[in-house]
Amino acid sequence: MQAMNYAFGGLGSVPFPPDVQEHLAGLDARTDDGGARHAEARDSALSLSSISLSFGGVVALTDIDISVRKGEIRAIIGPNGAGKSSLINVISGVYRPDRGHVRIGKNRYQQVPTQKLARLGIARTFQNLALFKGLSVLDNVVAGRAYTVRSTFLGQIAGLGRARREEADARDRAGRILDFLHLGHVSGRLAGTLPYGLQKRVELARALVAEPDILLLDEPMAGMTATEKNEMAGFVRAARDQYGTTVVLIEHDIGVVMGLSDRIAVLDYGRKIADGTPEEIRADQRVIDAYLGVASENEDGEGI
Amino acid sequence: MSVLTADLPVSRSLPGWAGTAALLAVAYVAVPIFGTSYLFEAILLPFLALSLAGLGLNILTGYAGQVSLGSAAFMAVGAFAAFNFNLRVESLPLIASIALAGFAAAAIGLVFGLPSLRLKGFYLAVSTLAAQFFVQWALTKFSWFSNDSASGVIDAPPLSIAGVAFEGPVGRYLFSLTVVTVLTFLAYRLVISQTGRNFIAVRDNETAARIIGVPVLKTKLLAFAISSFIIGVAGVLWAFAYLRTVEPAGFNLDRSFQILFIVIIGGLASIRGAFFGAALIVVFPLVLSRLGSFLLGDIFDSGVLDMSQRIVLGTLIILFLILEPDGLVALWDRVRKRIGTGLRRS
Ligand SMILES: Nc1ncnc2c1ncn2[C@@H]1O[C@H](COP(=O)(O)OP(=O)(O)OP(=O)(O)O)[C@@H](O)[C@H]1O
Ligand SMILES: [Mg+2]
Repeated sequence: MQAMNYAFGGLGSVPFPPDVQEHLAGLDARTDDGGARHAEARDSALSLSSISLSFGGVVALTDIDISVRKGEIRAIIGPNGAGKSSLINVISGVYRPDRGHVRIGKNRYQQVPTQKLARLGIARTFQNLALFKGLSVLDNVVAGRAYTVRSTFLGQIAGLGRARREEADARDRAGRILDFLHLGHVSGRLAGTLPYGLQKRVELARALVAEPDILLLDEPMAGMTATEKNEMAGFVRAARDQYGTTVVLIEHDIGVVMGLSDRIAVLDYGRKIADGTPEEIRADQRVIDAYLGVASENEDGEGI
Repeated sequence: MSVLTADLPVSRSLPGWAGTAALLAVAYVAVPIFGTSYLFEAILLPFLALSLAGLGLNILTGYAGQVSLGSAAFMAVGAFAAFNFNLRVESLPLIASIALAGFAAAAIGLVFGLPSLRLKGFYLAVSTLAAQFFVQWALTKFSWFSNDSASGVIDAPPLSIAGVAFEGPVGRYLFSLTVVTVLTFLAYRLVISQTGRNFIAVRDNETAARIIGVPVLKTKLLAFAISSFIIGVAGVLWAFAYLRTVEPAGFNLDRSFQILFIVIIGGLASIRGAFFGAALIVVFPLVLSRLGSFLLGDIFDSGVLDMSQRIVLGTLIILFLILEPDGLVALWDRVRKRIGTGLRRS
């Protein structure tokens, strides 16, 4: 539990009056650092409590606690197979944890209802591309508005009233997001025909068009050149700054992570081994041993 | 299979409606004037009914990605429902009987679509076979459906809409053409709508679709219902306009496969694909039989014809799956593009 105390230790600077309700709902009853925890509960967008997950004999996650504050960029790092994607899949309800629960805003779930995810204000991207290959880029992004659709298929065939308004609104928003992400020039192309880096960006567009409160990004910069990564990092930061979106970011490029995130959680073999600000993580001996290697090599995070 | 919705980029090069309008003008004016009765009876009437069935299956399989081997069952439901509505409900206009038949087929399609909520691909295909066998069994077993006719073969009622009778081959052709045109237009509107996008989203990545808020289960069932509606109406055209009789035997598993082949050969997830595929399936046996008897004379009897038909068709399907998985439509578009660039260069 040392790692967890360490995690909350980083938050103690913003004291909030104790909130009994939140306390009972319980983020974690095992630390004594009450003030910090309530601060956490008050402006927490998302939190995971004691999440454990295994596949047959393979343990993917063990007793994970992670909280994400509103409006922060929260990175999750760790070696391959550490359980990062599993964590995102638990948050989005794709996996059901063996133990623990996920709190989204005021709701607490054993298994997050995937079908309602978008309405709960969560959008995500996938480590392995999950675009609709047979749809154009524009239609992929328009599809991101699916959760707002109220019109019936008959209304849509007729193309009148609500169906027409919804369609126009979705196209309008999709067009703006595509411009924002500099994807306007490929909007008519079939998504499956684009190069990998652009497909990753289309996925981000599809997630952003839903105007989520929380954005889960599973390695959005994987396989990109340094320039593309910088551009992508800029988009992620802009999304947070312009729309106040809370971001959970999985990324292997430690430079990008250090420069972009407010707080970082480190996983190793399904356990959280550290949690804190980039400076704290960079200095953490266990993280250095497990993951970072020599700490001094990773100080080029600035300017990303 | 990545270029499944290849319809879109191509139709942009030429105004899509211009081509469609020209085609409709030919179909409504030129064909009835110049067509022979053989053209209507042997080619155009089966072509229209099968095109519509292919269109229905394409919505389910091509767009929504749900495999079905029960198409002929839904055609049978349509045909028998229309017959019974027409027979048993006094003064019900024929067009209402046909619409109700579509709804009956949609209801049955919905029931047999339920397994799609749990099953995928091959397993789903096998479970839709249940529809095929169950419907055929029920229609043969309960003679009420055939109005207790001794032979099980019943005459279809004459075709008329709002007092206008559609008699003779040309009349039945115009009747079919109108039904097919209207439903094709509605299907086209559907596939470019949010619901159409949902179909493709569910087909291409069910998890991602669910996460962005596509109601996956509802979308699958809707695909089954809409597809079965269209296939049901195709069944009515097949029985009422083409064969002029209603009998269960014509709606067997062979027919289901035939419709699946139409979709595969024509082009999955393409409205035009169903028409291309149906044209090939209808015309090809006729050409083969002409060619066969021309080249081989008397040896080429109906047995040999049937066999060679199956062999050539089977080969064609394998070739298409390997070489042109997007079907005749993609082939056609490529050829047209090449001709286009060739003309521009010269
Ligand atoms: N659906 C699954 N079925 C079986 N095992 C799984 C499944 N998903 C993940 N695992 C296992 O759980 C562990 C954690 O995997 P996960 O994908 O979460 O790691 P990761 O941190 O995202 O790794 P990477 O950096 O390679 O993406 C691995 O051992 C993996 O094999
Ligand atoms: Mg991963």
